[in-house]
Amino acid sequence: MPQTWQPKPPTPSPSYSTGWLGWARKNLFSSPGNALLTLLSLAVLLATLPSMLRWGLWDATWLGDSRKVCDSAAQDGSAGACWVFIKVRLEVFLYGFYPEAQRWRVNFTLALLGLAALPILAPTLLRGTLRQTLFALAAALLMLATFGMPCAIFTACYLLLPLALPPLVRQRPFLELFAGRLAGVSAGLFLTALAATLLYFAAGQAGGGGAAGPIAVTGAILVVFLIFVGRLTASAWRWILLFTVYPLAGFFLLVGEVFGLPLVETHFWGGLFLTLVVAGTGMATALPIGILLALGRRSTLPVIKTLCVFFIEFVRGVPLVSVLFMASVMFPLFLPENVTFDKLLRALVGIAFFYAAYMAEVIRGGLQAIPKGQFEAAMALGWPYWKMMALIIMPQTLRLVIPGLANNVLSLLKDTTLVAVIGLLDLLGVAKASMADTEWLGFTKEAYIFAALVFWVFCFAISRYSVYLEKTYHTSQHYN
Amino acid sequence: MTTPAPAATTARQAIITITGVNKWYNEFHVLKDINLEVGRGEKLVICGPSGSGKSTLIRCINRLEVHQQGRIVVDGIELTNDVKRIDQVRRETGMLFQNFNLFPHLTVLENLTLSPVWIRKMPLKEAQELAFHYLERVKIPDLAHKFPGQCSGGQQQRVAIARCLCMNPKIMLFDEPTSALDPEMIKEVLDVMIDLASSGMTMLCVTHEMGFARTVADRVVFMDSGEIVEENDPQTFFNHPKFDRTAAFLSQILNH
Ligand SMILES: Nc1ncnc2c1ncn2[C@@H]1O[C@H](COP(=O)(O)OP(=O)(O)O)[C@@H](O)[C@H]1O
Ligand SMILES: [Mg+2]
Repeated sequence: MPQTWQPKPPTPSPSYSTGWLGWARKNLFSSPGNALLTLLSLAVLLATLPSMLRWGLWDATWLGDSRKVCDSAAQDGSAGACWVFIKVRLEVFLYGFYPEAQRWRVNFTLALLGLAALPILAPTLLRGTLRQTLFALAAALLMLATFGMPCAIFTACYLLLPLALPPLVRQRPFLELFAGRLAGVSAGLFLTALAATLLYFAAGQAGGGGAAGPIAVTGAILVVFLIFVGRLTASAWRWILLFTVYPLAGFFLLVGEVFGLPLVETHFWGGLFLTLVVAGTGMATALPIGILLALGRRSTLPVIKTLCVFFIEFVRGVPLVSVLFMASVMFPLFLPENVTFDKLLRALVGIAFFYAAYMAEVIRGGLQAIPKGQFEAAMALGWPYWKMMALIIMPQTLRLVIPGLANNVLSLLKDTTLVAVIGLLDLLGVAKASMADTEWLGFTKEAYIFAALVFWVFCFAISRYSVYLEKTYHTSQHYN
Repeated sequence: MTTPAPAATTARQAIITITGVNKWYNEFHVLKDINLEVGRGEKLVICGPSGSGKSTLIRCINRLEVHQQGRIVVDGIELTNDVKRIDQVRRETGMLFQNFNLFPHLTVLENLTLSPVWIRKMPLKEAQELAFHYLERVKIPDLAHKFPGQCSGGQQQRVAIARCLCMNPKIMLFDEPTSALDPEMIKEVLDVMIDLASSGMTMLCVTHEMGFARTVADRVVFMDSGEIVEENDPQTFFNHPKFDRTAAFLSQILNH
């Protein structure tokens, strides 16, 4: 008769750290070498930090609205920074030379981007239809208070559309519409509702002509997706709107000449606003192109593969500055005389393709890390190539390469400063231009530090966001 | 219209017919003149030493590998480079892999519903009901919201079986489904396979589980260096192998 066996009960793991003293001993003074490094770092901090803080904060001039304040402070013996310079110039730093009366358009476009992207960027924050609806209504109210009725209506339509589409749209609504099924009715209802909203928006803006164009384009895009894709989830619709309706709306809002908005040509654009436009469109276009290039480079079709390899290797072989020069100086030479493209547009295209090549290589690295079995399992289940890539392989690949892509996005954001070489004034360009202002000579440090700080804030946010993404998707757990 | 079945040479109507198939990897002749017929509802076990071409053979049946000579006909569809036909054949077949190949970024439930929803255009609700039905059948309904990485090997393989079943295949191909599992988990997977066999599914199974072959198989095929050496019913196969090569293999695998 064998004995009964009892497993031992688990005991808590021994803990070595007690309080901050224990923490310091473990992390700062764990060995003589580490202790020495800690003390050295401390010495460096003590030597530099106080004078930096004194210059930047305590001795700095914050109040006032002209150069005199800083000059008199300097005569009184204070050697601090003159932040008045930044304060006076802030609007130019943010908007460049965008007409003052029209700057609300920039604010609204960026606010709409934030509101449109939030449910996508932080999926865990806004879970469930109820919360998302409330979010849309709150956002609309906020817009009503800040920008007025038409903006509020547009915001509400934009944010509620992805929630309204899934229950209204059945499988392939248009095919069924002609087959006279019930789903067709809901598709018809939906289209009527869509047309009505758009018309209402147009009527609300009225006044100026030319509203039909953008509305028709928006409607056409939605209809194309409805016909070819059919039923989709709310989050899929959000992505679609973000990449179709939002850029259109943003373009028309910023450029104007529709909805009664006056035209603002792109050479008035500048400052942080221009930096964000270039970086935002750069990221949004470079990633999809990069994905296609990466897939192309792995293609079994020799023509496609060669083209992709050639393109990637060519772009990686030249500096971005020369790509921008080519886009702005050489490219127009090859065009017929009466055809011109906007200079900003050319720079955007150049940056997009430049970074697409780099992202393609990052993504290709991720693709190579996906086990062959994933492709085989998908193919054995009957997945055709593009669907398999879009829904099974790419989601895994992109999760794997989050750190690499974050790297690319960060350097893209900072490389937008290079548009200065073709005469576009981004944040850094505006800062430099302000230094040359005869009224404010001698405040280069302040301008550079301000620009650096703004860039740092954005870059740090992106970098933290990439960490958040990695955590949400538990990337590290997938292949063990 | 159904035509009367021709005077049957085999007891069942054939669902897979492989005639004169040859395949090379560069210079390496991996399949040599393979002829095999599998009847509807038949359970076929394929065994043989490592590197004998078993995986290659069953992967040719759903075109994960391309054969260079001969014909493979699955449920009346001959496999060619025609994408449509490949697609049709893959609709009829499900495949199990040695290392499961679940999609690691999706939960178990999403693994099961993704293909019905996107490939078969099934409404999500219906697909979820189907998924739970098959999760019950493989006895792990409580794992629905876990990720594959949180499941044991045996559980993952059972999820993989359920994932195939959700696509309602007529033929299941198994490529050493239990070889990556600990002994304690092999049984739970084999039990599911036995249950599946009793439901009348056509099964081609590459395995070294000779107990399974004895109880479930209608026929056992022995392969070596790219050839089918012999095929027979399990009784005869195990007790009176025709060739000394088969006997040597069996003695190795049965008394180790
Ligand atoms: N992609 C490939 N390229 C070259 N040789 C291969 C490839 N796949 C398999 N082989 C070779 O083909 C032979 C048969 O492989 P396989 O069908 O996997 O055997 P089994 O499954 O019976 O162990 C092995 O010798 C293997 O090395
Ligand atoms: Mg094998």
